[in-house]
Amino acid sequence: MRAIPEKVLRTLKIIVFPACLGPLSVLTWKALHELLGANPVDVITRSTGKWTLTFLLITLAVTPVRRLLRMPWLVRFRRMFGLYAFFYGTLHLMTYVWLDKFFDFPAMLHDIAKRRFITAGMTAFALMIPLALTSTSGWIRRLGGKRWQKLHRLIYFSAAAGVIHFLWLVKADKSRPMLYGAVLLALLLARFVVWLLARVRSRQVVSRVHSPSFTHDQAR
Amino acid sequence: MLIKKPNDIPSSEITPKNSYMSRRSFITGAVAAGAAVAGGSFLRSKFNDGHSTTVEAAGEKLSGIMKSQYSTTETQTSFKDITNYNNYYEFSTDKYGPAGLSKNFKTRPWTVAIEGMVKKPKTLDIDSIMKLAPLEERIYRMRCVEGWSMVIPWVGFPLSNLIKKAEPLPSAKFVAFQTILAPDEMPGQKDNVLQWPYVEGLRMDEAMHPLAILAVGLYDEALPNVDGAPVRLVVPWKYGFKGIKAVVKVSFTDKMPPTTWNLMTPNEYGFYSNVNPTVDHPRWSQATERRIGDGLFAPKRKTLMFNGYADQVASLYNGMDLRKNF
Repeated sequence: MRAIPEKVLRTLKIIVFPACLGPLSVLTWKALHELLGANPVDVITRSTGKWTLTFLLITLAVTPVRRLLRMPWLVRFRRMFGLYAFFYGTLHLMTYVWLDKFFDFPAMLHDIAKRRFITAGMTAFALMIPLALTSTSGWIRRLGGKRWQKLHRLIYFSAAAGVIHFLWLVKADKSRPMLYGAVLLALLLARFVVWLLARVRSRQVVSRVHSPSFTHDQAR
Repeated sequence: MLIKKPNDIPSSEITPKNSYMSRRSFITGAVAAGAAVAGGSFLRSKFNDGHSTTVEAAGEKLSGIMKSQYSTTETQTSFKDITNYNNYYEFSTDKYGPAGLSKNFKTRPWTVAIEGMVKKPKTLDIDSIMKLAPLEERIYRMRCVEGWSMVIPWVGFPLSNLIKKAEPLPSAKFVAFQTILAPDEMPGQKDNVLQWPYVEGLRMDEAMHPLAILAVGLYDEALPNVDGAPVRLVVPWKYGFKGIKAVVKVSFTDKMPPTTWNLMTPNEYGFYSNVNPTVDHPRWSQATERRIGDGLFAPKRKTLMFNGYADQVASLYNGMDLRKNF
Protein backbone atom coordinates (compact mmCIF):
# COMPACT_ATOMS: atom_id res chain seq x y z
CA MET A 1 0.00 0.00 0.00
CA ARG A 2 1.77 3.17 -1.13
CA ALA A 3 -0.82 5.87 -0.78
CA ILE A 4 -4.37 6.05 0.37
CA PRO A 5 -7.01 8.56 -0.66
CA GLU A 6 -7.25 11.75 1.38
CA LYS A 7 -10.86 10.92 2.27
CA VAL A 8 -9.89 7.60 3.87
CA LEU A 9 -7.08 9.30 5.77
CA ARG A 10 -9.49 11.89 7.16
CA THR A 11 -11.92 9.19 8.28
CA LEU A 12 -9.07 7.32 9.94
CA LYS A 13 -8.06 10.46 11.79
CA ILE A 14 -11.61 10.97 13.00
CA ILE A 15 -11.48 7.45 14.48
CA VAL A 16 -7.95 7.58 15.91
CA PHE A 17 -8.27 10.98 17.57
CA PRO A 18 -11.05 10.04 20.03
CA ALA A 19 -9.60 6.55 20.47
CA CYS A 20 -6.49 8.13 21.96
CA LEU A 21 -8.74 9.74 24.58
CA GLY A 22 -9.81 6.23 25.62
CA PRO A 23 -7.43 5.89 28.58
CA LEU A 24 -8.56 9.24 29.99
CA SER A 25 -12.24 8.33 29.51
CA VAL A 26 -11.75 5.03 31.33
CA LEU A 27 -10.00 6.81 34.21
CA THR A 28 -12.70 9.48 34.46
CA TRP A 29 -15.49 6.94 34.33
CA LYS A 30 -13.85 4.85 37.02
CA ALA A 31 -13.21 7.90 39.20
CA LEU A 32 -16.88 8.90 39.00
CA HIS A 33 -18.00 5.36 39.85
CA GLU A 34 -15.48 4.85 42.67
CA LEU A 35 -13.78 2.05 40.78
CA LEU A 36 -10.23 3.31 41.12
CA GLY A 37 -9.59 1.05 44.10
CA ALA A 38 -8.11 1.81 47.49
CA ASN A 39 -5.56 4.34 46.29
CA PRO A 40 -7.06 6.33 43.40
CA VAL A 41 -4.23 8.87 43.22
CA ASP A 42 -1.73 6.06 42.75
CA VAL A 43 -3.84 4.52 39.97
CA ILE A 44 -4.20 7.88 38.19
CA THR A 45 -0.48 8.57 38.53
CA ARG A 46 0.52 5.20 37.14
CA SER A 47 -2.05 5.21 34.35
CA THR A 48 -1.23 8.70 33.04
CA GLY A 49 2.50 7.92 33.30
CA LYS A 50 2.10 4.67 31.42
CA TRP A 51 0.15 6.35 28.62
CA THR A 52 2.65 9.20 28.33
CA LEU A 53 5.42 6.70 27.75
CA THR A 54 3.24 4.56 25.50
CA PHE A 55 2.39 7.51 23.26
CA LEU A 56 6.04 8.57 23.15
CA LEU A 57 6.92 5.09 21.90
CA ILE A 58 4.03 5.04 19.43
CA THR A 59 5.25 8.39 18.08
CA LEU A 60 8.76 7.01 17.74
CA ALA A 61 7.41 3.89 16.03
CA VAL A 62 5.73 5.83 13.24
CA THR A 63 8.85 6.34 11.12
CA PRO A 64 10.25 2.76 11.26
CA VAL A 65 6.81 1.20 10.81
CA ARG A 66 5.89 3.32 7.81
CA ARG A 67 9.20 2.43 6.16
CA LEU A 68 8.95 -1.25 7.01
CA LEU A 69 5.33 -1.63 5.89
CA ARG A 70 5.62 0.94 3.12
CA MET A 71 2.82 3.06 4.55
CA PRO A 72 4.17 6.59 4.08
CA TRP A 73 0.81 8.14 5.01
CA LEU A 74 1.35 7.05 8.62
CA VAL A 75 3.45 10.17 9.11
CA ARG A 76 0.22 12.15 9.04
CA PHE A 77 -0.57 10.67 12.49
CA ARG A 78 2.78 11.39 14.07
CA ARG A 79 1.99 14.88 15.32
CA MET A 80 -1.28 13.68 16.86
CA PHE A 81 0.48 10.89 18.75
CA GLY A 82 3.24 13.21 19.88
CA LEU A 83 0.74 15.74 21.17
CA TYR A 84 -1.11 12.99 22.98
CA ALA A 85 2.15 12.03 24.69
CA PHE A 86 2.42 15.65 25.82
CA PHE A 87 -1.24 15.67 26.84
CA TYR A 88 -0.92 12.58 29.07
CA GLY A 89 2.43 13.87 30.34
CA THR A 90 0.71 17.09 31.42
CA LEU A 91 -2.01 15.09 33.20
CA HIS A 92 0.71 13.00 34.86
CA LEU A 93 2.51 16.12 36.05
CA MET A 94 -0.75 17.71 37.22
CA THR A 95 -1.56 14.58 39.23
CA TYR A 96 1.77 14.99 40.99
CA VAL A 97 1.44 18.74 41.51
CA TRP A 98 -2.18 18.71 42.63
CA LEU A 99 -3.27 15.33 43.97
CA ASP A 100 0.08 14.14 45.30
CA LYS A 101 1.86 17.30 46.49
CA PHE A 102 -1.14 19.59 46.86
CA PHE A 103 0.73 22.55 45.32
CA ASP A 104 3.43 22.36 47.98
CA PHE A 105 6.06 23.95 45.76
CA PRO A 106 8.97 23.87 48.25
CA ALA A 107 8.37 20.13 48.71
CA MET A 108 8.32 19.66 44.94
CA LEU A 109 11.57 21.59 44.43
CA HIS A 110 13.11 19.47 47.16
CA ASP A 111 11.86 16.36 45.35
CA ILE A 112 13.28 17.47 42.00
CA ALA A 113 16.67 18.20 43.53
CA LYS A 114 16.90 15.14 45.74
CA ARG A 115 15.02 12.28 44.09
CA ARG A 116 16.63 11.16 40.92
CA PHE A 117 13.48 9.51 39.54
CA ILE A 118 11.64 12.83 39.87
CA THR A 119 14.57 14.62 38.23
CA ALA A 120 14.41 12.19 35.31
CA GLY A 121 10.64 12.55 35.02
CA MET A 122 10.80 16.34 35.05
CA THR A 123 13.55 16.23 32.42
CA ALA A 124 11.42 14.00 30.21
CA PHE A 125 8.51 16.42 30.50
CA ALA A 126 10.60 19.55 30.03
CA LEU A 127 12.06 18.12 26.81
CA MET A 128 8.55 17.62 25.45
CA ILE A 129 7.57 21.28 25.90
CA PRO A 130 9.55 22.74 22.95
CA LEU A 131 8.34 19.87 20.80
CA ALA A 132 4.70 20.55 21.60
CA LEU A 133 5.18 24.32 21.08
CA THR A 134 6.80 23.88 17.66
CA SER A 135 4.44 21.18 16.47
CA THR A 136 2.43 23.51 14.24
CA SER A 137 2.94 23.82 10.49
CA GLY A 138 3.76 27.49 11.04
CA TRP A 139 6.70 26.59 13.25
CA ILE A 140 7.97 23.97 10.81
CA ARG A 141 8.05 26.70 8.16
CA ARG A 142 9.59 29.25 10.47
CA LEU A 143 12.37 26.91 11.60
CA GLY A 144 12.88 25.24 8.26
CA GLY A 145 12.56 21.46 7.83
CA LYS A 146 16.17 20.63 8.69
CA ARG A 147 16.35 22.67 11.87
CA TRP A 148 12.88 21.58 12.95
CA GLN A 149 13.87 17.96 12.51
CA LYS A 150 17.04 18.48 14.52
CA LEU A 151 15.06 20.05 17.35
CA HIS A 152 12.53 17.26 17.34
CA ARG A 153 15.24 14.68 17.90
CA LEU A 154 14.82 15.77 21.52
CA ILE A 155 12.09 13.15 21.64
CA TYR A 156 14.78 10.45 21.85
CA PHE A 157 16.10 12.01 25.04
CA SER A 158 12.64 12.62 26.41
CA ALA A 159 11.66 8.98 25.90
CA ALA A 160 14.94 7.76 27.37
CA ALA A 161 14.47 10.01 30.43
CA GLY A 162 10.91 8.69 30.72
CA VAL A 163 12.08 5.07 30.76
CA ILE A 164 14.79 5.89 33.32
CA HIS A 165 12.17 7.69 35.44
CA PHE A 166 10.06 4.52 35.40
CA LEU A 167 13.05 2.26 36.07
CA TRP A 168 14.22 4.31 39.06
CA LEU A 169 10.86 4.54 40.75
CA VAL A 170 9.99 0.84 41.00
CA LYS A 171 10.97 -0.94 44.18
CA ALA A 172 11.86 -4.40 42.97
CA ASP A 173 9.93 -5.64 39.95
CA LYS A 174 11.70 -4.03 37.00
CA SER A 175 9.93 -6.06 34.29
CA ARG A 176 7.52 -3.31 33.13
CA PRO A 177 10.12 -0.52 32.81
CA MET A 178 12.49 -3.01 31.16
CA LEU A 179 9.81 -3.77 28.58
CA TYR A 180 9.43 -0.08 27.75
CA GLY A 181 13.21 0.21 27.64
CA ALA A 182 13.50 -2.72 25.23
CA VAL A 183 10.91 -1.24 22.86
CA LEU A 184 12.67 2.13 22.96
CA LEU A 185 16.00 0.47 22.28
CA ALA A 186 14.55 -1.43 19.31
CA LEU A 187 13.08 1.78 17.88
CA LEU A 188 16.37 3.63 18.26
CA LEU A 189 18.26 0.68 16.82
CA ALA A 190 16.00 0.69 13.75
CA ARG A 191 16.97 4.31 13.16
CA PHE A 192 20.64 3.52 13.57
CA VAL A 193 20.42 0.70 11.01
CA VAL A 194 18.65 2.99 8.53
CA TRP A 195 21.29 5.67 9.06
CA LEU A 196 24.09 3.12 8.61
CA LEU A 197 22.58 1.73 5.40
CA ALA A 198 22.18 5.24 4.04
CA ARG A 199 25.83 5.96 4.80
CA VAL A 200 27.01 2.78 3.11
CA ARG A 201 24.85 3.55 0.08
CA SER A 202 26.13 7.12 -0.21
CA ARG A 203 29.71 5.80 0.05
CA GLN A 204 29.03 3.43 -2.80
CA VAL A 205 27.84 6.37 -4.87
CA VAL A 206 30.99 8.26 -3.97
CA SER A 207 33.24 5.31 -4.81
CA ARG A 208 31.51 4.92 -8.16
CA VAL A 209 32.30 8.54 -8.89
CA HIS A 210 35.92 7.87 -7.93
CA SER A 211 36.17 4.57 -9.84
CA PRO A 212 39.34 4.01 -12.01
CA SER A 213 37.41 4.55 -15.22
CA PHE A 214 36.61 8.01 -14.00
CA THR A 215 39.94 9.37 -12.80
CA HIS A 216 40.69 12.82 -11.56
CA ASP A 217 42.73 13.47 -14.65
CA GLN A 218 39.86 12.74 -16.91
CA ALA A 219 37.60 14.83 -14.79
CA ARG A 220 39.84 17.79 -15.27
CA MET B 1 -13.93 8.09 46.96
CA LEU B 2 -14.41 11.59 45.55
CA ILE B 3 -16.40 12.78 48.51
CA LYS B 4 -14.74 12.74 51.89
CA LYS B 5 -16.70 10.76 54.45
CA PRO B 6 -17.18 12.11 57.97
CA ASN B 7 -14.29 11.03 60.13
CA ASP B 8 -16.21 9.71 63.09
CA ILE B 9 -18.44 7.14 61.40
CA PRO B 10 -16.64 4.06 60.09
CA SER B 11 -18.38 2.84 56.96
CA SER B 12 -18.41 -0.60 58.53
CA GLU B 13 -20.84 0.74 61.13
CA ILE B 14 -23.31 2.16 58.66
CA THR B 15 -23.85 -0.91 56.54
CA PRO B 16 -23.42 -4.48 57.79
CA LYS B 17 -20.48 -6.05 56.00
CA ASN B 18 -22.44 -8.93 54.51
CA SER B 19 -24.95 -6.66 52.85
CA TYR B 20 -22.44 -4.26 51.38
CA MET B 21 -20.35 -7.16 50.21
CA SER B 22 -23.27 -8.68 48.32
CA ARG B 23 -24.24 -5.30 46.96
CA ARG B 24 -20.68 -4.83 45.86
CA SER B 25 -20.48 -8.20 44.15
CA PHE B 26 -23.66 -7.28 42.26
CA ILE B 27 -22.19 -3.97 41.18
CA THR B 28 -18.86 -5.59 40.34
CA GLY B 29 -20.70 -8.20 38.28
CA ALA B 30 -22.73 -5.63 36.41
CA VAL B 31 -19.66 -3.53 35.79
CA ALA B 32 -17.66 -6.53 34.63
CA ALA B 33 -20.44 -7.44 32.19
CA GLY B 34 -20.50 -3.90 30.86
CA ALA B 35 -16.75 -3.77 30.56
CA ALA B 36 -16.65 -7.10 28.77
CA VAL B 37 -19.16 -5.83 26.23
CA ALA B 38 -17.04 -2.77 25.68
CA GLY B 39 -14.00 -4.95 25.30
CA GLY B 40 -12.47 -3.16 28.24
CA SER B 41 -12.04 -6.20 30.43
CA PHE B 42 -9.03 -7.22 28.38
CA LEU B 43 -7.39 -3.87 28.93
CA ARG B 44 -8.22 -3.91 32.61
CA SER B 45 -6.58 -7.24 33.25
CA LYS B 46 -3.75 -6.33 30.93
CA PHE B 47 -2.80 -3.10 32.63
CA ASN B 48 -4.10 -3.69 36.15
CA ASP B 49 -5.72 -0.31 36.48
CA GLY B 50 -8.51 -1.88 38.45
CA HIS B 51 -8.86 -5.08 40.37
CA SER B 52 -9.82 -8.15 38.42
CA THR B 53 -10.59 -10.26 41.48
CA THR B 54 -11.45 -9.11 44.94
CA VAL B 55 -11.76 -10.65 48.37
CA GLU B 56 -15.43 -10.90 49.19
CA ALA B 57 -16.03 -14.15 51.03
CA ALA B 58 -16.51 -13.78 54.75
CA GLY B 59 -13.97 -15.58 56.89
CA GLU B 60 -14.53 -17.69 59.96
CA LYS B 61 -15.89 -15.58 62.83
CA LEU B 62 -13.60 -15.32 65.85
CA SER B 63 -15.16 -15.20 69.32
CA GLY B 64 -14.23 -13.97 72.76
CA ILE B 65 -12.22 -11.02 71.46
CA MET B 66 -11.20 -8.49 74.10
CA LYS B 67 -10.78 -4.75 73.57
CA SER B 68 -7.35 -3.24 74.14
CA GLN B 69 -6.07 0.01 75.58
CA TYR B 70 -3.58 0.12 72.70
CA SER B 71 -6.31 0.54 70.07
CA THR B 72 -6.71 3.84 68.27
CA THR B 73 -10.12 5.47 67.85
CA GLU B 74 -9.29 6.70 64.36
CA THR B 75 -11.61 5.81 61.49
CA GLN B 76 -10.94 2.26 60.42
CA THR B 77 -10.06 1.50 56.83
CA SER B 78 -12.80 -0.52 55.12
CA PHE B 79 -12.55 -4.30 55.03
CA LYS B 80 -12.63 -4.04 51.25
CA ASP B 81 -9.56 -1.80 51.04
CA ILE B 82 -7.62 -3.78 53.65
CA THR B 83 -8.22 -7.01 51.79
CA ASN B 84 -7.76 -5.76 48.24
CA TYR B 85 -4.84 -3.37 48.36
CA ASN B 86 -1.55 -4.45 49.86
CA ASN B 87 1.95 -5.63 49.15
CA TYR B 88 2.36 -9.40 49.23
CA TYR B 89 5.12 -10.11 46.72
CA GLU B 90 4.77 -13.87 47.25
CA PHE B 91 1.62 -13.55 45.14
CA SER B 92 2.20 -10.46 42.99
CA THR B 93 4.10 -7.21 42.86
CA ASP B 94 0.84 -5.51 41.92
CA LYS B 95 -0.98 -4.30 45.02
CA TYR B 96 -4.34 -5.31 43.58
CA GLY B 97 -3.03 -8.76 42.63
CA PRO B 98 -2.71 -10.77 45.88
CA ALA B 99 -6.45 -10.56 46.71
CA GLY B 100 -7.40 -12.85 43.85
CA LEU B 101 -4.17 -14.85 43.62
CA SER B 102 -4.19 -15.83 47.30
CA LYS B 103 -7.71 -17.26 47.24
CA ASN B 104 -6.67 -20.90 47.07
CA PHE B 105 -3.70 -20.64 49.39
CA LYS B 106 -3.89 -23.47 51.94
CA THR B 107 -3.59 -22.39 55.58
CA ARG B 108 -4.44 -25.79 57.10
CA PRO B 109 -2.63 -27.89 58.17
CA TRP B 110 -0.12 -25.28 59.41
CA THR B 111 2.69 -25.45 61.88
CA VAL B 112 5.22 -22.96 63.18
CA ALA B 113 8.69 -24.23 64.07
CA ILE B 114 10.39 -22.71 67.12
CA GLU B 115 14.15 -23.03 66.72
CA GLY B 116 17.57 -21.70 67.60
CA MET B 117 18.59 -20.52 71.04
CA VAL B 118 15.69 -22.01 72.97
CA LYS B 119 15.53 -24.51 75.80
CA LYS B 120 13.92 -27.06 73.52
CA PRO B 121 13.00 -26.63 69.85
CA LYS B 122 9.36 -27.40 69.14
CA THR B 123 6.69 -27.25 66.52
CA LEU B 124 3.39 -25.57 67.28
CA ASP B 125 0.18 -26.30 65.44
CA ILE B 126 -1.77 -23.22 64.27
CA ASP B 127 -4.80 -24.16 66.36
CA SER B 128 -2.69 -24.28 69.50
CA ILE B 129 -1.09 -20.95 68.54
CA MET B 130 -4.54 -19.40 68.34
CA LYS B 131 -5.11 -20.55 71.92
CA LEU B 132 -1.76 -19.34 73.26
CA ALA B 133 -3.37 -16.25 74.74
CA PRO B 134 -6.76 -14.55 74.83
CA LEU B 135 -7.47 -12.86 71.50
CA GLU B 136 -7.51 -9.09 71.54
CA GLU B 137 -8.67 -6.51 69.07
CA ARG B 138 -5.80 -4.15 68.28
CA ILE B 139 -6.83 -1.24 66.08
CA TYR B 140 -3.49 -0.02 64.76
CA ARG B 141 -2.25 2.47 62.24
CA MET B 142 -0.30 0.75 59.46
CA ARG B 143 2.23 2.88 57.62
CA CYS B 144 3.65 1.47 54.40
CA VAL B 145 7.17 2.52 53.44
CA GLU B 146 5.65 3.62 50.10
CA GLY B 147 3.83 6.50 51.76
CA TRP B 148 0.29 5.24 52.29
CA SER B 149 -1.41 4.19 55.50
CA MET B 150 -4.44 2.38 56.88
CA VAL B 151 -6.13 1.83 60.23
CA ILE B 152 -6.62 -1.89 60.72
CA PRO B 153 -8.59 -3.68 63.44
CA TRP B 154 -6.30 -6.67 63.88
CA VAL B 155 -7.16 -9.61 66.07
CA GLY B 156 -4.27 -11.30 67.80
CA PHE B 157 -2.15 -11.46 70.92
CA PRO B 158 1.18 -10.06 72.08
CA LEU B 159 4.16 -11.72 70.46
CA SER B 160 5.65 -11.96 73.95
CA ASN B 161 3.21 -14.79 74.69
CA LEU B 162 4.77 -16.93 71.99
CA ILE B 163 8.27 -15.96 73.08
CA LYS B 164 7.56 -17.00 76.67
CA LYS B 165 6.19 -20.29 75.38
CA ALA B 166 9.36 -20.75 73.29
CA GLU B 167 11.60 -20.32 76.35
CA PRO B 168 14.57 -18.59 74.69
CA LEU B 169 18.02 -18.87 76.27
CA PRO B 170 19.43 -15.75 77.95
CA SER B 171 21.98 -15.57 75.11
CA ALA B 172 19.22 -14.96 72.54
CA LYS B 173 19.24 -11.30 71.50
CA PHE B 174 17.13 -11.33 68.35
CA VAL B 175 14.04 -13.09 66.97
CA ALA B 176 14.03 -14.12 63.31
CA PHE B 177 10.89 -14.93 61.35
CA GLN B 178 10.38 -16.80 58.10
CA THR B 179 7.47 -17.01 55.65
CA ILE B 180 6.41 -20.29 54.09
CA LEU B 181 8.15 -21.27 50.84
CA ALA B 182 5.42 -22.67 48.58
CA PRO B 183 5.99 -21.57 44.98
CA ASP B 184 3.21 -23.86 43.75
CA GLU B 185 0.68 -21.89 45.76
CA MET B 186 2.48 -18.56 45.71
CA PRO B 187 3.10 -17.63 42.08
CA GLY B 188 5.26 -14.65 43.02
CA GLN B 189 7.86 -16.97 44.52
CA LYS B 190 8.57 -18.27 41.02
CA ASP B 191 10.09 -14.88 40.15
CA ASN B 192 13.34 -13.75 41.70
CA VAL B 193 12.03 -10.29 42.48
CA LEU B 194 13.06 -10.88 46.09
CA GLN B 195 15.04 -13.63 47.77
CA TRP B 196 12.61 -16.33 48.93
CA PRO B 197 11.54 -17.22 51.54
CA TYR B 198 10.83 -13.80 53.03
CA VAL B 199 12.64 -13.26 56.32
CA GLU B 200 12.29 -10.59 58.99
CA GLY B 201 13.62 -9.95 62.46
CA LEU B 202 13.28 -7.95 65.64
CA ARG B 203 15.56 -7.19 68.52
CA MET B 204 14.43 -9.12 71.61
CA ASP B 205 13.21 -6.03 73.49
CA GLU B 206 11.23 -4.92 70.43
CA ALA B 207 9.70 -8.36 70.12
CA MET B 208 8.75 -8.40 73.81
CA HIS B 209 7.09 -4.98 73.60
CA PRO B 210 3.34 -5.21 74.28
CA LEU B 211 2.52 -3.40 71.01
CA ALA B 212 4.14 -6.13 68.89
CA ILE B 213 1.53 -8.75 68.12
CA LEU B 214 0.94 -11.91 66.17
CA ALA B 215 -2.27 -11.33 64.21
CA VAL B 216 -4.59 -14.19 63.38
CA GLY B 217 -7.59 -12.11 62.32
CA LEU B 218 -9.04 -8.73 61.39
CA TYR B 219 -12.53 -7.24 61.64
CA ASP B 220 -13.39 -10.07 64.09
CA GLU B 221 -12.72 -12.73 61.46
CA ALA B 222 -9.95 -15.21 60.81
CA LEU B 223 -7.15 -13.46 58.91
CA PRO B 224 -7.89 -13.39 55.15
CA ASN B 225 -5.24 -15.10 53.02
CA VAL B 226 -4.35 -11.83 51.34
CA ASP B 227 -3.32 -10.29 54.66
CA GLY B 228 -0.95 -13.07 55.68
CA ALA B 229 -3.08 -15.96 56.95
CA PRO B 230 -2.96 -17.92 59.08
CA VAL B 231 -0.57 -15.94 61.28
CA ARG B 232 1.49 -12.80 60.73
CA LEU B 233 3.54 -10.28 62.63
CA VAL B 234 2.28 -6.73 63.26
CA VAL B 235 4.71 -4.12 64.60
CA PRO B 236 2.76 -0.86 64.33
CA TRP B 237 5.64 1.57 64.91
CA LYS B 238 7.62 0.12 62.01
CA TYR B 239 7.02 0.24 58.27
CA GLY B 240 4.55 -2.35 57.02
CA PHE B 241 7.09 -4.65 55.39
CA LYS B 242 8.41 -5.60 58.84
CA GLY B 243 5.08 -7.34 59.41
CA ILE B 244 6.04 -10.68 57.92
CA LYS B 245 3.12 -12.80 56.70
CA ALA B 246 2.27 -16.53 56.73
CA VAL B 247 4.93 -17.29 59.32
CA VAL B 248 6.25 -20.88 59.53
CA LYS B 249 9.42 -20.38 61.52
CA VAL B 250 10.47 -18.34 64.54
CA SER B 251 14.07 -18.68 65.60
CA PHE B 252 16.15 -17.11 68.32
CA THR B 253 19.68 -15.91 67.76
CA ASP B 254 22.45 -13.75 69.22
CA LYS B 255 23.21 -12.07 65.88
CA MET B 256 21.14 -9.51 63.98
CA PRO B 257 19.23 -11.69 61.51
CA PRO B 258 19.04 -10.91 57.77
CA THR B 259 15.85 -9.24 56.54
CA THR B 260 14.53 -9.57 52.99
CA TRP B 261 14.23 -5.94 51.86
CA ASN B 262 17.55 -5.09 53.47
CA LEU B 263 19.19 -7.90 51.50
CA MET B 264 17.58 -6.53 48.33
CA THR B 265 18.51 -2.83 48.77
CA PRO B 266 20.56 -2.20 51.94
CA ASN B 267 20.73 1.57 51.49
CA GLU B 268 16.94 1.87 51.25
CA TYR B 269 15.68 -0.52 53.93
CA GLY B 270 17.38 -0.92 57.28
CA PHE B 271 16.97 -3.57 59.93
CA TYR B 272 15.03 -1.28 62.27
CA SER B 273 12.79 0.45 59.71
CA ASN B 274 11.01 2.46 62.35
CA VAL B 275 8.48 4.90 60.93
CA ASN B 276 10.39 8.18 60.97
CA PRO B 277 9.24 11.31 59.11
CA THR B 278 12.66 12.92 59.48
CA VAL B 279 14.59 10.17 57.71
CA ASP B 280 13.63 10.05 54.04
CA HIS B 281 13.69 6.94 51.95
CA PRO B 282 16.42 7.69 49.37
CA ARG B 283 13.80 7.86 46.64
CA TRP B 284 10.89 9.55 48.38
CA SER B 285 9.99 11.67 51.38
CA GLN B 286 8.57 10.00 54.48
CA ALA B 287 7.23 13.27 55.90
CA THR B 288 3.64 12.67 54.79
CA GLU B 289 1.34 9.78 54.01
CA ARG B 290 -1.84 9.17 52.10
CA ARG B 291 -4.50 7.60 54.30
CA ILE B 292 -6.36 5.03 52.22
CA GLY B 293 -10.03 6.02 52.03
CA ASP B 294 -9.43 9.74 52.56
CA GLY B 295 -10.59 10.55 49.05
CA LEU B 296 -9.08 11.74 45.83
CA PHE B 297 -8.75 15.42 46.74
CA ALA B 298 -7.83 15.05 50.40
CA PRO B 299 -4.35 16.30 51.21
CA LYS B 300 -1.85 13.88 52.67
CA ARG B 301 -1.42 13.58 56.43
CA LYS B 302 1.73 14.31 58.37
CA THR B 303 3.56 11.12 59.30
CA LEU B 304 4.20 10.82 63.03
CA MET B 305 7.40 9.67 64.70
CA PHE B 306 7.19 5.92 65.34
CA ASN B 307 3.86 6.09 63.50
CA GLY B 308 2.32 7.85 66.51
CA TYR B 309 3.52 5.25 69.02
CA ALA B 310 6.49 7.28 70.28
CA ASP B 311 5.18 7.45 73.86
CA GLN B 312 5.24 3.68 74.07
CA VAL B 313 8.35 2.75 72.10
CA ALA B 314 10.77 5.70 71.91
CA SER B 315 12.60 4.47 75.02
CA LEU B 316 13.62 1.30 73.17
CA TYR B 317 15.96 3.42 71.08
CA ASN B 318 17.43 5.75 73.69
CA GLY B 319 20.93 6.81 72.73
CA MET B 320 20.69 5.34 69.24
CA ASP B 321 21.32 7.42 66.12
CA LEU B 322 18.10 6.70 64.21
CA ARG B 323 19.50 8.32 61.08
CA LYS B 324 22.22 5.72 61.03
CA ASN B 325 20.07 2.89 62.32
CA PHE B 326 17.22 3.56 59.89
